[in-house]
Amino acid sequence: MITLYHVLALSGVLFALSVAGIFLNRKNVILLLMCIELMLLSVNFNFIAFSRFLGDIGGQVFVFFILTVAAAESAIGLAILVVLFRQRRSINVEELNTMKG
Amino acid sequence: MTLADLNLQPTYAEIFVLGAACFILLLDLFLSERWRGLAATLSLATLVGAALITAFVSGVDVRVTAFNGMYVADPMGDLLKLFAYAAVGVSLLYSREYLAQRQLLRGEYYVLVLLALLGIMVIVSANSLLTIFLGIELMSLSLYALVAFNRESGVAAEAAMKYFVLGAIASGTLLYGISIVYGVTGTFSLDELAYVLRQGDVDNIGLLFGLAFIVVGVAFKFGAVPFHMWIPDVYHGAPTTVTLFLGSVPKIASFALAFRVLAYGLGGAQEAWTDMLTVLAVLSIVLGNVVAIAQTNIKRMLAYSTISHVGFILLGILAGTNEGYRAALYYTLVYVVMAVGSFGMILLLSRKGFEAEELDDFKGLNARSPWFAAVMLMFMFSTAGVPPFVGFFAKLYVIMAVIDQGMLWLAVVAVLFSVVGAFYYIRVVKLMYFDEPQDTSPLMAGASMRLVLSLNGLAVLVLGLMPGGLVDAVARALP
Repeated sequence: MITLYHVLALSGVLFALSVAGIFLNRKNVILLLMCIELMLLSVNFNFIAFSRFLGDIGGQVFVFFILTVAAAESAIGLAILVVLFRQRRSINVEELNTMKG
Repeated sequence: MTLADLNLQPTYAEIFVLGAACFILLLDLFLSERWRGLAATLSLATLVGAALITAFVSGVDVRVTAFNGMYVADPMGDLLKLFAYAAVGVSLLYSREYLAQRQLLRGEYYVLVLLALLGIMVIVSANSLLTIFLGIELMSLSLYALVAFNRESGVAAEAAMKYFVLGAIASGTLLYGISIVYGVTGTFSLDELAYVLRQGDVDNIGLLFGLAFIVVGVAFKFGAVPFHMWIPDVYHGAPTTVTLFLGSVPKIASFALAFRVLAYGLGGAQEAWTDMLTVLAVLSIVLGNVVAIAQTNIKRMLAYSTISHVGFILLGILAGTNEGYRAALYYTLVYVVMAVGSFGMILLLSRKGFEAEELDDFKGLNARSPWFAAVMLMFMFSTAGVPPFVGFFAKLYVIMAVIDQGMLWLAVVAVLFSVVGAFYYIRVVKLMYFDEPQDTSPLMAGASMRLVLSLNGLAVLVLGLMPGGLVDAVARALP
């Protein structure tokens, strides 16, 4: 039997993985975008689980909004990435360090 | 359910801004190069229209909800919105020449600014965690695009990327917190949340867990230490007009976010978030003021100064009393006036092919233009908190609210580091009055910018000499 705590543990692990991915990744900006997407999806998992176990439809409605916003967010993220690549000819995270102080 | 049940009247201003933004976006497609300025004029007209609607049509004296309780109109929301329109309007007036000189004067700029404003208005009036989330995203997505607006600048793209990644982490964290709070209480509505928490039969550990994530998300949006990493780089890398916008108006949204979610919705868990905000506020005031001293770029310096001001706003909120919220609201409004003016001065000194971004560019300003040196002096003294300028009263009210709650040590820290902070503001004054100018070309700005910037400078002085009006407005907003 799958209980609420199993689902919460899974989404917690996914969330932790995505945060770790953002902070450990030193190579590629696209991986950052993927981690951000994973982060939002793990939150969706939480909402659906709570919605199911509380018997309240609100959580599922919230998920639709998150999915929509996540799509808009990736669009903007990729657009910024294109601008960055045009300027730098590189998408290496370690080279994002021209400003200091 | 009918349309009348939705009670659209409190949202007329938002609907108007949305319609106007879409209209300007479409119209701009058909405009020739000669008519480029029309988008700017129409945006200002939109702001005036929205202000009239908020003041006379949908303004309220008592709390009214709309969209089945998802949305709320109250006097505080109206005051914040009116201030946001004014600040956006002034920032657009300052921006026009700068954008035109750099081939950035496009309709999209104005549409993005209006959409960001719409996001801010949604946050200000949100009465549900879902509405809060949508408002934050609308504001943030527009701001990411604005930071990257100058496609020729590698620094701007880098700043936009950093802002995007950290902003997305903030949204994710906030959402995770919201999901836990939803799981514990079973509701998104801030009204119901406040009610459920007052009843007290809530799983405390779960609530604290969710609350911690929400506070981290709010702190990211505020730019409070230790979640401030994006602020200096974004302020530095973005085009100065965007920095002007980004550094001022979204603080209104941050205050509203903290007030609606923490003070109202999660008001029952006040003890828990007071401790968290205390840590954030102290770190922000200390680190912001100390690191600002080491900066040579004035945009970075003002960025660290913003961080310290955020600390003060949080101090007012963490006092947790009505007096504290009023002080924080007053501080936010005053900060917006000062920030718009300080970044406006950078725009005034910039010209085609030259960005007045370094502190040294302010050297000898008194010899070039005694009046604008005096205006900058007023902004710097006010930001530092020197009486009789308005920044002093803002700090005073916050500190009084904190002392009333018996948190004397917090007040001592705040005052001590304000004195440390005064050093770098007064350094700017020293550079303007006692150093030889490196750059002796006359100021090029047009008449409207000179006029508005002068009024902005005088506002800092007049509000300080006669603090009654704004204090009354704030007291009416938070009775």
